[in-house]
Amino acid sequence: MSSFVSQFKAAASVKTADLRHRQVIRTALRSYEVVRDKRKASFQSWESARQAAAETKWEAVNHLDTHLEALTAKLEARGTKVHWASNAAQAREIITKILQDKKARSIIKSKAMTSEEIHLNDALEKAGFTVVESDLGEFIVQLRHEPPYHIVFPSMHLTRGEIKELFQRELGDAPSDSPEDLTMVARRVMRQKYLTADVGFTGANFAIAETGMISITENEGNARLTAALPKTMVTLLGIEKVLPKFADLALFLPMLATAGAGQPMTCYNTMYSGPRQAGEVDGPEEWHVVLLDNRRTELLADPEQRDALHCIRCGACLNVCPIFRNVGGHTYGTTYSGPVGSVITPHLRGLQDWKHLSNASSLCGGCTEACPVKIDLHHHLLHNRRNASTSEPAFFERLSYKAFGLLANEPGLWWLAKKIGWLTQPLQKLVKGSALDPAKAWTKTRDLPPLPQETFKDWWKNRKPTQP
Amino acid sequence: MTVTLFIPCFIDAVYPRAGISMVEILERLGHRVECPEEAACCGQPPFNSGYWDEARPIAAKVLQQLVNAEAVVIGSGSCGAMVKKFYPELFAGRPEEALAQAVAARTWEFSDFIASKLGVTELGAKFPHKVTFHDGCHGLRELGVKTSPRALMAKVQGLELVEMGEAETCCGFGGTFSAKFPMISTAMGDVKCASAIETGAEYIVSNDSSCLMHLQGLLTRQGKPLKTIHLAEVLNQR
Repeated sequence: MSSFVSQFKAAASVKTADLRHRQVIRTALRSYEVVRDKRKASFQSWESARQAAAETKWEAVNHLDTHLEALTAKLEARGTKVHWASNAAQAREIITKILQDKKARSIIKSKAMTSEEIHLNDALEKAGFTVVESDLGEFIVQLRHEPPYHIVFPSMHLTRGEIKELFQRELGDAPSDSPEDLTMVARRVMRQKYLTADVGFTGANFAIAETGMISITENEGNARLTAALPKTMVTLLGIEKVLPKFADLALFLPMLATAGAGQPMTCYNTMYSGPRQAGEVDGPEEWHVVLLDNRRTELLADPEQRDALHCIRCGACLNVCPIFRNVGGHTYGTTYSGPVGSVITPHLRGLQDWKHLSNASSLCGGCTEACPVKIDLHHHLLHNRRNASTSEPAFFERLSYKAFGLLANEPGLWWLAKKIGWLTQPLQKLVKGSALDPAKAWTKTRDLPPLPQETFKDWWKNRKPTQP
Repeated sequence: MTVTLFIPCFIDAVYPRAGISMVEILERLGHRVECPEEAACCGQPPFNSGYWDEARPIAAKVLQQLVNAEAVVIGSGSCGAMVKKFYPELFAGRPEEALAQAVAARTWEFSDFIASKLGVTELGAKFPHKVTFHDGCHGLRELGVKTSPRALMAKVQGLELVEMGEAETCCGFGGTFSAKFPMISTAMGDVKCASAIETGAEYIVSNDSSCLMHLQGLLTRQGKPLKTIHLAEVLNQR
């Protein structure tokens, strides 16, 4: 067993038994579901919107090379410096080099899951830079020295009371646990940071090939301040973020807001097309855009699962996932949690190490139903299982399925197995749930059904002569 | 019509009453019922675990048994999805592909066969109890079976259906998942049982025995009075 799977199982055992955690997440997601459904109903047809979005992303992803070239050319034409990073290490190097060249000390960041993916904060702090997250949720988890719990709601696992205590401990200030008071505390800290930061760092929600723009969507205005105040701006984005046309945003902005947070539109939607131009009075003097591959091209090379690159990181699949709701975001041990994380992490970080996430699913399909860009998520979990078992079969598991196949295909043996099962039932009861119980994974929390003496096939055989 | 009723392994070995009810209902409706005796399982356990090479001989045996079937009826949404949705993928690019597609095209989940294909909802059943219905995920999302079981239950005398909150959320069975990650499976089951108990129902009815095996296992262990029953058994109560 890889250390990742044992960590996952240990964390899952703790979280699934934590009824308070279950309640906090359930309450948060229930209110999300209500507003999401209300917003979905405001689309003329949510299903047609999903289809159109999936087709647009299909075009973007299947002609990624031409769209990325177009994007780069347009960005460079307005003075943006575009960098290509093949992997996380290269991305960290590129960004560190930019900061060093600018003699920067302090960096203000808006929310970017790609920066989590490349473990940027750690690297920058080790290199001596001060990094402050400006998204409120990210700011909170940064104070707790933990990764975001959810790709859209980083601190959804915390109650107001816990945040108040955290602010009192770390910032020495929190008059009450009201959202307004807590936000004011965070704002006072952050406003200073915006003004003193040398570099503003952002992620991106979309990149428009046609016009050479980066689209950033946010609810707090923090990304605008991050981009506008410091002299240098750095943006990191995965190469799959590209959309062909500016007009595509007309669909994708409301869709992302609806699927992600049940909003008609996110509060602030900003398009960035370059650094400060001649004659302009504000904006960063320099803008660096770092395009990150980090094994996305391996996913691109897999026609079966290529649609996983459609992902717009809305978090809808996490929100509906009963696994996510019960084990929580941190248990996954990945940057991207929930169904989409379970699908892509084996591609990004190695199939054998991360296949357990694809196994840790009941394949219920709630994720696929929720996905606004129609990624075939739960079937890809099945595909990952198949790929993992084909490339490195587990000896005993494979053997047991071979044996099961022999039983199932040989009526005499199948009959015998059922009879043995029936006869040994009383023995099983004696060892129920103990270490000796071969079914203990089941019987630790669940009773086994009593087996009938007469099976269906016995009944069918016995009644047959009386049939018309 | 001759109906080929494929009885999944756990209905055969654990819940024969559900299978017997299906036979009796179909016969009462005037159909001749055949049950392939050679095929035991649809092959889902190895398939869902990723062992497709090990699943194929099992699935091939099932296909062989269904070659001449006029209509295939499966007493489980999950096994129904296996035959209807996943056999064509399992045999894609192989000699059995055409057969898999042909069989898939005439395969039905039991309740959907009665209500949609035969267009019958009145089965003369009586079940004077308050119940809630659990949609198995495979039946619901792979096969799109949602209205048929409800249309059938609506005609059962004395039956009062109360839908539970988060009705479409998975119960946590998930086949081998339930044994590989029992802590998650159990937590999901607990959530489902709590939703069902909130309705005040006496029974959880479902068209998937495997979900019910998981839920009943939890309910029995926890000493909860709520019971589980397969839809076919409800529809066969006179």
